[in-house]
Amino acid sequence: MADVIEVGAARGDAPPPAGRNRRRGATQRGHRATPYLFLAPYLVLFLVFGLAPIVFGVWISLHQWDLQLPNRPFIGLENYRDLFSSDSADYADWWSSVRATAIFTVLSVPLLVVVPLGLALLLNEKFPGRTFFRAAFFAPYVLGVAVIGLLWRFLLDANLGLVNRLLGAFGLPADTPWVTDVPWAWVSLVGVTVWWTCGFNAVIYLAGLQDIPAELYEAAKVDGASAWDRFRHVTLPGLRPVLLFVLTTTILASANVFGQSFLITQGAPGEQTRTVVWRIVDEGLRNYDVGQASAMSVLFALLLAVVSIVNFRLFRYRED
Amino acid sequence: MIQNEMSRRRLLGLGVGLGAAATLTLAGCGGGSSTKGSTAAGNGGKDYTGPKVDLKLWNGFTGGDGDIFKKLVEQFNSEHQNIAVSVITYEWQDYYSKLPGAVTSGNGPDIAVMHMDQLATFAARGVITELDDVAKALELSEGDFAPTVWKGGIYHDKRYGIPLDMHPMGFYYNKAVMQKGGLDPNKPPTTKDEFTAALTELKKAGVQGFWVSPFQFTGGMTFYSLLHQWGGTLFDADVAKATFNSDPAVEACTWLVDLIKQGFSPANVGQDADYLALKSGKNAFNFNGIWQINDLKKSPSVQWGVAPLPQIGSQKATWANSHNFTIVKQRSADNNKVSGAKVFINWLSQHSLDWAKGGQIPARKEVREGAEFKALPEISALAPELEYAAFPPAAPGLGEVMTTFYNAFNEAALGKKSPKQALDDGVNKANKQLEDNRKKYGN
Repeated sequence: MADVIEVGAARGDAPPPAGRNRRRGATQRGHRATPYLFLAPYLVLFLVFGLAPIVFGVWISLHQWDLQLPNRPFIGLENYRDLFSSDSADYADWWSSVRATAIFTVLSVPLLVVVPLGLALLLNEKFPGRTFFRAAFFAPYVLGVAVIGLLWRFLLDANLGLVNRLLGAFGLPADTPWVTDVPWAWVSLVGVTVWWTCGFNAVIYLAGLQDIPAELYEAAKVDGASAWDRFRHVTLPGLRPVLLFVLTTTILASANVFGQSFLITQGAPGEQTRTVVWRIVDEGLRNYDVGQASAMSVLFALLLAVVSIVNFRLFRYRED
Repeated sequence: MIQNEMSRRRLLGLGVGLGAAATLTLAGCGGGSSTKGSTAAGNGGKDYTGPKVDLKLWNGFTGGDGDIFKKLVEQFNSEHQNIAVSVITYEWQDYYSKLPGAVTSGNGPDIAVMHMDQLATFAARGVITELDDVAKALELSEGDFAPTVWKGGIYHDKRYGIPLDMHPMGFYYNKAVMQKGGLDPNKPPTTKDEFTAALTELKKAGVQGFWVSPFQFTGGMTFYSLLHQWGGTLFDADVAKATFNSDPAVEACTWLVDLIKQGFSPANVGQDADYLALKSGKNAFNFNGIWQINDLKKSPSVQWGVAPLPQIGSQKATWANSHNFTIVKQRSADNNKVSGAKVFINWLSQHSLDWAKGGQIPARKEVREGAEFKALPEISALAPELEYAAFPPAAPGLGEVMTTFYNAFNEAALGKKSPKQALDDGVNKANKQLEDNRKKYGN
């Protein structure tokens, strides 16, 4: 950062004489530097905590990199090749975790986009106790994943848990293996995640709803539009940027799922609910194979980038 | 910038290597006749007379054992004016992922408590130093410990850990539930026949008496124990090939899975459900870690007992692990610190009776055979297991392989695969992982 300022000032005034002259010089001719100065704090943060780690991560992924072992040989794309060749030890694990993450994302994102929208529409109406309900639906979000993980692991326990006991009380099957078998484990993980995080998306929708001018609704009413028409032609277009934001962040958040399966299903059965981020954490921090973990991260980031780009394209297409 | 970072790290790596080499040489001389070099102010752990040193100690004692550990360290500090030990505690899982990075960046501890099955990994990775001279100077030998624990601290013929304790599995039984099934609550089954007979009685009384958990804690560890009881092993002698699909292993696994099929255990037992069921009177028997003793003591309403694992297979065996003290390599070796650390390790090893009260069996024989230890009935009841405990083998990078082992059992216990199929698949994968480890760590 200091460098940027120095360069800018030096260009503004070749020989730096007395302080006052220099300052005046900078304001007169240094306006070219002004945007960079304003940008500088963020730029520095971005470079140090954003770009540099990414570039460094890619660099690491080309090595057999271990924090302790003294030699970290350059192995080119071997880490990546391992992820694509079925005779490596990592291959099966990696693709099984990609599969698990994809299942979770595909199941959870529609719910996490739609349910909070319905919730926000309800909470946007005027009715007594509205603030209470707003708080109540947001409340689970403030809990840490460790808390909700432990909580639901016990509630969902097949033999001791409250969920099966309640189901049994209503004459329903009381031996569903909620956390130890698929597809139940997916139902549990998605259900818990929706319960846990839908308040957050609802709050964002609420903010978006309040930005839609009330006159539009009034005009629509005057024109005889039904509630559904108003939702389709006023609310949804008004929410488009918010929807795009919610969809994109939710996809990314769901793809990064880790704590829920780590704590609730513990990957069971076998490794079927073990997700990509868990795999990366294990590879890098438990097996200390940072090179392989970086290759996984890079590949995963690329996958998510493609998904996000498609996502943006789709929305822009609709807008045109 | 990245270039700079790179070379800095390379340099750093080199530094660690050189520092380590220096330590080794010095440590090598330090053990025998006393000080030639003026800087080496120690004699391998008997006492320390140099200038005051501050030592950082990392551990993962987050439970009730943490308080006892801290009290012991306080007592040590008050008895040693020139050594100040400060304790930093992390969850074990965080602990092992933080340690390598901290050591690389020079922020690591001086002393680290480590499980026996991690010693080889961290020794191979150059994180911890050899301690042969400590053992020699303190005149500690195999005879002072149980041989299994003592040998577990050795990697490539060199000692890296001084064992503090050992924690095996115990056989917990709920006396009230046993009475309900018409069993003598003071006579827990000790053989396979007694065990199955008891389960049959309990089943008649409507109790599923032995919940088979599919998870590492504790079903996987139960399988680990039984596999050894049937005479099997997890790996061959060189830890080059996985052997947990051998006939004894398949038999042990089948026996456990059949308990579910025959209705002695519910299916789909969740994490900790086996233990919670024991506590709440739904389950009669549970193989669980010695650390549960303290937890059960907190529930006076539960009538329980603990005994060594019954012998289900052809011989006695139980899963066990051990906490070891290690000395962490530093970027620049400070011999005063190393000497201070050795004094601390020796002192605490001698005071391991107090540690036993935290729910562990002291590794040191003199403590274990003393009257005071025998006055801790539950914990000393498990001490005989020390002779036949099956400790994890000393090979670097085994953590991942063990996960494969436990996951194979998980699939069998959840009925996703037959025991044979699950274990075969697990062994195939484990062999690839072992192969990778060999490439990474050398032989």
